[in-house]
Amino acid sequence: MIRQHPQVRIGVYVCHCGTNIAGTVDVMELTAFAATLPNVALAREYRYMCSDPGQELLKRDIREHHLERIVVAACSPNLHEKTFRKAAEDAGLNPFLVQMANIREHVAWVTADRELALAKAKAQVAAAVRRVVGHEPLERKFVSITPRVMVVGGGIAGIQAALTLGDSGKEVILVEREPTIGGHMAMFDKTFPTLDCAACILTPKMTAVKDHPKIRLLSLSEVAEVSGSVGNYHVKVRRKARYISEERCVGCMKCIEECVFRSPKFPNAFDQGLGLRKPVYMPFPQAVPPVPVIDAETCLWLKSGKCKQTCVTACGERNAIDFQQQDWYEEFDVGAIIVATGFRAFDPTPMRFYGYGQFPQVYSALEVERLLNAAGPTQGKVVLRDGSVPKRVGIVHCIGSRDHNYHPYCSRVCCMYSLKLAHLIKEKTGAEVTNFYIDIRAPGKAFEEFFERVQQEGVRFIRGKVGDVRPGPPDENGQPQGLVVQVDDTLRGRVTKVPVDMLVLAVALEPAEGADAVRRMFNMSCSTEGFFLEKHPKLAPVNTVNDGVFLAGACQGPKDIPDTVAQADAAAAQALALIDCARIPLEPNTAWVEAELCSGCKTCIPLCPYSAISRDPEKGVAVIDESLCKGCGTCVAACPSGAAQQHLFTDAQIYDEIEGILSYV
Amino acid sequence: MAKPKVGFYWCASCGGCEEAVVDLAEAVLDVVQVVDIAFWPCATDFKRSDVEAMADGEMAACFVNGAIRSSEQQEMADLCRRKSQLLVAFGSCSHTGGVPGMANMYTRQAILEAVYTDGEFSTVNAEKAFPSAHVSRPEGQLELPTLDESVKALDQVVVVDYYLPGCPPPVKLIVEAVTAIVEGKLPPRGSVLAPDVAQCRDCPRIDSKPEEAFIKQFVRPHQIHIDPEKCFLAQGLLCLGPATRSGCDHACIKGNMPCTGCLGPLSRATDYGAAAMSAIASLVGSNDARQIGAIMDQIADPAGTFYRYSLPASQLFRRLEPAANGGQQR
Repeated sequence: MIRQHPQVRIGVYVCHCGTNIAGTVDVMELTAFAATLPNVALAREYRYMCSDPGQELLKRDIREHHLERIVVAACSPNLHEKTFRKAAEDAGLNPFLVQMANIREHVAWVTADRELALAKAKAQVAAAVRRVVGHEPLERKFVSITPRVMVVGGGIAGIQAALTLGDSGKEVILVEREPTIGGHMAMFDKTFPTLDCAACILTPKMTAVKDHPKIRLLSLSEVAEVSGSVGNYHVKVRRKARYISEERCVGCMKCIEECVFRSPKFPNAFDQGLGLRKPVYMPFPQAVPPVPVIDAETCLWLKSGKCKQTCVTACGERNAIDFQQQDWYEEFDVGAIIVATGFRAFDPTPMRFYGYGQFPQVYSALEVERLLNAAGPTQGKVVLRDGSVPKRVGIVHCIGSRDHNYHPYCSRVCCMYSLKLAHLIKEKTGAEVTNFYIDIRAPGKAFEEFFERVQQEGVRFIRGKVGDVRPGPPDENGQPQGLVVQVDDTLRGRVTKVPVDMLVLAVALEPAEGADAVRRMFNMSCSTEGFFLEKHPKLAPVNTVNDGVFLAGACQGPKDIPDTVAQADAAAAQALALIDCARIPLEPNTAWVEAELCSGCKTCIPLCPYSAISRDPEKGVAVIDESLCKGCGTCVAACPSGAAQQHLFTDAQIYDEIEGILSYV
Repeated sequence: MAKPKVGFYWCASCGGCEEAVVDLAEAVLDVVQVVDIAFWPCATDFKRSDVEAMADGEMAACFVNGAIRSSEQQEMADLCRRKSQLLVAFGSCSHTGGVPGMANMYTRQAILEAVYTDGEFSTVNAEKAFPSAHVSRPEGQLELPTLDESVKALDQVVVVDYYLPGCPPPVKLIVEAVTAIVEGKLPPRGSVLAPDVAQCRDCPRIDSKPEEAFIKQFVRPHQIHIDPEKCFLAQGLLCLGPATRSGCDHACIKGNMPCTGCLGPLSRATDYGAAAMSAIASLVGSNDARQIGAIMDQIADPAGTFYRYSLPASQLFRRLEPAANGGQQR
C-alpha cells in the first residue's frame, strides 16, 4: 500500500546521549543514512539533544531551514517528547509535527552488537521519517480543574498530606477504611532514633485533621469506584455502618461502659489481638473521630436481635446509636488523588521454624509495639502471655525480608525498629536483649549513633541467621523453660544456642491488604513485590503513570516516618501544583468518531475505561467526550467500521510506521 | 446512439451471482433497454473468441463474479479487463475472495489429493488420475488450465474499477450500479458500490443491543429458538453486522438469521476478519483471561466464521505452509 504524501521538509536529529547511544550505535552512519531518506532536508547528530544547545540547534534549523517536520532519534518519548515538542513550538512549529525514534531503550540498551544496533536504529528512524510526513498540526484543548483533593489512607502519610493541603486552603477528603485514622504509627510507643513518643507527636495531627475546616474525614470508608481523569476525578466512596452517629455522639463513652458485656471479651485488632474489647469500643483512647464503633459481628442486637440495648439507654437523649444504619455511598468530584494506603506487617506464621503461633513466647514486632505502648493491652508493661516479665529477650531481624522464599527486598525499617525495641525492652525490664542480625543497616540521620548507643547500653548482637527455635530444657515440674534459639554465629564461626524467655520477630513490610484492587482502581502500576510504582524513581518519585494520582508513604515501598512525612508533603505539593493551575492542557492524542461512518453498533461504549463514550440517541451514533478521553486507543482498535479514530495514531500513520520499518529491515 | 455494451463473466463461483442477475426480474428488462449484453456465457451462447474479436475497451463495463484460482480464470480476467472500460468485481468471491477463498487454508496439493486420491470426495478413480497441465491421449496432446496455489480476489490479478459486494449482490445495488454506469454518475474509482456504514445503522434490532460487554456464551442458530426481535448478539449468536456494510436491507436479519458478513468490510477497515473479531471479542463479558478464553473457544471454526468471504483479501491472504516441524506445537 503506497500512500502519496505531499513533499515536506523533515529535519532528523540523532542524539549521542553521551555514550548511552553513541557507545553502541554508529551515530555518524545513522545520520548519513537518515539524510538519504525521502523528504529529509537535513540530518544532524549531536551529543545531547535534550540540552539547551541541542534544543537551540533544533530551533535555529526550524527557522533557517524552514523545516516542517522533526524527527528526534534519542531516548524514550516518555522522557523527552515534551522537551522536543516544546522546542519546536518555541520555533513556531506545531509541536505535534515532531516524532521521536527511540534508539536508546529500544536499541542501544538492548544489544551490544553494533551491527544489529545500527540496522535497528535505521529501521526506527526510517519508520519515524515515514510516519511524521502524515502528521497533522493539532491543537491542545484545556479542561478546568476541580480544586479539591482526595487522600486515600489516614496513616501518618495521609494525615500529613491532608493537613498540608488543608492548610493551603484546599478542600480535602480524607478516606480511611478503619474506624480511626492514625495507621501503624498510632500503634507505636516510641519512634526511632529520637525516641519521641509516637502518640505525643501524632495525636495532635490527628486532632488537627478532625478540627480542620477544610478537611472532611471519612472513617470506616473505602473507595469503591473511580472515573474521570486528571483534574476531574469522580470518586464513589463506600461508607461502612458505624451504628453510631458521628454527628450526635459526643464521645462520652457511656455506651461502652453500659454495654451488656460487663467486661471486654473480644480481641482488639488494634492491639494485634493481645487486648480485649467489647462489641462497642474505641480502638484506642485517642482515636479520631472520637466516636465508638459497634462491631456487627459481636454485638448481640445486630447479631441476634436479642439484647436489652443498655447502650441505647445510656446514650439517652443524644440518641446517637443507630442500629438501622446501613452501608451507604457518597460521591465526590476531586482534581487530584493522593494514595497513601500504607503497608501490612508480614505474617511470620508460615516460617514454622521460628515457632510463631506455636510457642506463646514468640511475638511479632508489632505485637511488642503494643505491649510497650502505655495505652496498650498491658498499659506499657512488657509481660509474657503468662504474665511473667521476660529476663532474656531475643530479637530476630530480617523476618520475611532479604529472603528469597518471601521478600527479596530489604524492608528498610526493621534494623532500626529492632534497635528501638531492644532499647525499650531493656529499659522497661532490665532483660538481657540479644539481636540476631544479618547486617545492621543504619544509614539515616542519627541512626548510626543510635546503634552505638544501644550497643553501649549492653544489648548483645549476634551476626547470623537463626536456624531453629525450640522449647527450653524442662524445669523441676517437667515444663519447658523458655525457648532456645539456635544461630549460626558467623563472626565466631560456630553454631550457638541462646536461651530466651521472649522472642521478637522483626517482620517485613509488605503491600497492604487489597493493594492490588487499589492499584487497579487508580490505574497505577506496581513493582513485582506489589508496591505502587512511582512514575520515575528519581525524577517523579510521588507521581504515578496516571496523571493526577500521587503516592505517599509505605504503599510505594517500605520507609520510615521521616521519609513518609517528606513524601507526603511532596505529594501534597504536586497535587497543589496541579489543582492550582485552574486548567490543564489535554494531550491532543484523543479519539473521535466520524459520525457518517458510525453505525451505532455500541461496540466501543462499554470498552472505554474513562466512560468517555456515549450514544447520541437522535443520530444513533457514538460520541466521544474529548475532555474525558485519555487517548488509550481501545475504542479505535475495536471499532469494526473504522469510524473511531485517534489523533497521532491514525491507521495511515501506523501503517506508515510499519512500512517504514519493514522497508529497511 | 448505440447502447453501451456490457458483459458478465464467472470465474470460481457457485452460480449464485448469475442467479442474482436473473433475479433482477422485471428490472432486467429495464437494464436490457439501456444496454446491450455483449458477453454472458452462462445465459447466452458467447465464446471467448467473440470477446477476443472485440476492440479493446469496446465493452462499457464487464461484471466479473467469482474468485481467481486457475490459469484460465486469470486469462479471462485479463481479457475482460482489456476489452472493458470499467471492470466491476461482482459479488463476494470477486470482491474479497469469497467462500472459495477458504481454500487458502490448505495447500493446492492437499486439496487435489483430497479430491483425487484420498477418495473422500471423489467419484471412483481406480486409475488414480491426477490433474496435469499436459495430458497425452491416443487422440493427441491436451493442454489444460492449471489450478493456482492460492485463491485470489479479482483485484489481486487485474485492476478493478468498482466493487459490487454481496453473496450475491443485492438486486437494489445492482440496479443502482447499472444506472450509475449508464448515467455516468459514478463515485471515485475503486469505490465499493454499497453504503459505507455497517449493518447496525438501520438494524431493526439495534435498540435491544446492550451498551455493555455482555456475551457470556456463544450459541449457534440451531441450538436455540431465536427471538425474532432481539439483537442476535444479545442472544449469544454471532452476528457480524457491526463489521459489515449495509445495502442488503437486512435480508438475513429480517429472515431471523444473523449476518454472516457477505457485504464485506467498511472502507476504513483494512481487514474484515480482524475488524469483526475485535468487535465481537470486545463484547465478551469477563475480565478473567481464562474465562474469556473459554468463551471464545465456543466459537466454532473462527477462520471460517470471520474470514468466510474474505480470506484472500485479508492481510493474512492464506495459511502459511506447515512449518519445518510439520506444524506441531512447540
